[in-house]
Amino acid sequence: MLTAKDVTAGYSAPVITGVSLTVQPGRTVGLAGPSGSGKSTLARVLALLHKPFAGTVEIDRETVTGFRFKASQRTKIGVLFQQPRLSVDPRFTLRQAIAEPLGGQDRVDELAELVMLTDDLLGRRPHEVSDGQLQRACLARALALNPRYLICDEMTTMLDASTTAALVGVIRSYQRDSGAGVLAISHDSTLLTRWADETVRLSAPLPR
Amino acid sequence: MVNLEIDRVSVRFALKGATVEAVNDVSLRIRPGECVALVGESGCGKTVLASALLGFLPGNAETSGSARLGDVDLLAATDHELATTIRGRKIGLIPQSPASHLTPVRTARSQLEEAAKVLGGDAGEAAERAGLLPEHLDRYPHELSGGMAQRVANALALVGNPPLLIADEPTTGLDRDLVDGLLDEFRRLVDDGHAVLLITHDLAAAHKVADRIAVMYAGRIVEVGPAHQVLDNAKHPYARGLANALPERDFLPVPGQPPLLTHLPAGCAFAPRCEQATAICEDRPVLTDDPHAVACHLPC
Repeated sequence: MLTAKDVTAGYSAPVITGVSLTVQPGRTVGLAGPSGSGKSTLARVLALLHKPFAGTVEIDRETVTGFRFKASQRTKIGVLFQQPRLSVDPRFTLRQAIAEPLGGQDRVDELAELVMLTDDLLGRRPHEVSDGQLQRACLARALALNPRYLICDEMTTMLDASTTAALVGVIRSYQRDSGAGVLAISHDSTLLTRWADETVRLSAPLPR
Repeated sequence: MVNLEIDRVSVRFALKGATVEAVNDVSLRIRPGECVALVGESGCGKTVLASALLGFLPGNAETSGSARLGDVDLLAATDHELATTIRGRKIGLIPQSPASHLTPVRTARSQLEEAAKVLGGDAGEAAERAGLLPEHLDRYPHELSGGMAQRVANALALVGNPPLLIADEPTTGLDRDLVDGLLDEFRRLVDDGHAVLLITHDLAAAHKVADRIAVMYAGRIVEVGPAHQVLDNAKHPYARGLANALPERDFLPVPGQPPLLTHLPAGCAFAPRCEQATAICEDRPVLTDDPHAVACHLPC
């Protein structure tokens, strides 16, 4: 179970105040809400990338004590972002990007097959592939360490309908095999209705 | 008001040891008072076509065919001609991710007033039409939310009152309310007699605002016709697969992956992924000449 309890977080001022959310293993929770409502902030807290001002995060009943570079449980959580181009080192080939968390090449081909990347594409650098192909590589990289939870922050925004359906299909089959829980953030309510078991809605930000 | 007549346009990029065939033999006409959506997956050549129309291609690109806007061939025009008579004046561009296209060290107002001065428009009026309040204009790009940056980009594209607007993935990253507001704005422009070319992978947005939809696959237009017919009664197996992949429909991907633009099949580029393909698909299909046109030997 991945849980946020009474989380208040933000940058200089809080963006979210007293938010609680639970992702059960094997389940998909959708997270919706207008621009600026704090969806990405909550995602970053749950991915242990951002330290909240108050509140706790628990992973499988273990309370998280360190965030960002101090997060010892980071590898239990995989993350996908909206813009794959900002998420991959431009000097890496796709093969190197997928291999990076593995510390070796062993499972790259298996992961690449999962997301349907050909050998030729694996040898290319980010500027030589489309957004859809790059997001496939990011998904392979996110699954490399068999995360218990996967956080998808607007993962499909840059993708066409067919690539969206393909990647959601890959995530669902990973969930069936591993029992992983998924937090799917999107402003596309039609997508969340189809993808998530339940959807949580964050309300609009208070005017400042 | 004039038509945009894109006639047999191809764009190739010369790389070391390979040629990327990014746009292949594309013909399309956009009339005043019409919105045409160009849809297809990322990497299929949509943005390259838009860049070609505005003279924004890199140095290793070779183009053929013509794209006439009135009596100007956009592909043959010099950069000086494009800069002084076309960009902003006859064609407005709403770029992908507008926040990153604004100059980060200047306020929205200073950028909009400069554009208005150069193009002979009215900054205040353009801002008001785009739904911007005076206090928004005094912000720097990093202080603008996605929706506000989008409105600044709209104001910049429209301040010179160009008859043709090209919008490249304008809905990406906006939430549904902002998308609906933006599409309403496009519809108003079209009803005012503007022509809009909407480049998008968002089929729902295309369905909502476009009069016609052109589906692009591996650099070619494979189907073009009235918006509802293309989405609800597609003739090309790829267009049908793309429409059916929507979450409110089958939510299943088109099997396989698009071909590499450096190694396009000689015949139909979709044949390797197509369940209906037969020997006849080794010949390249030609786009028919109907109001609902398709380039397929065995249309659905």
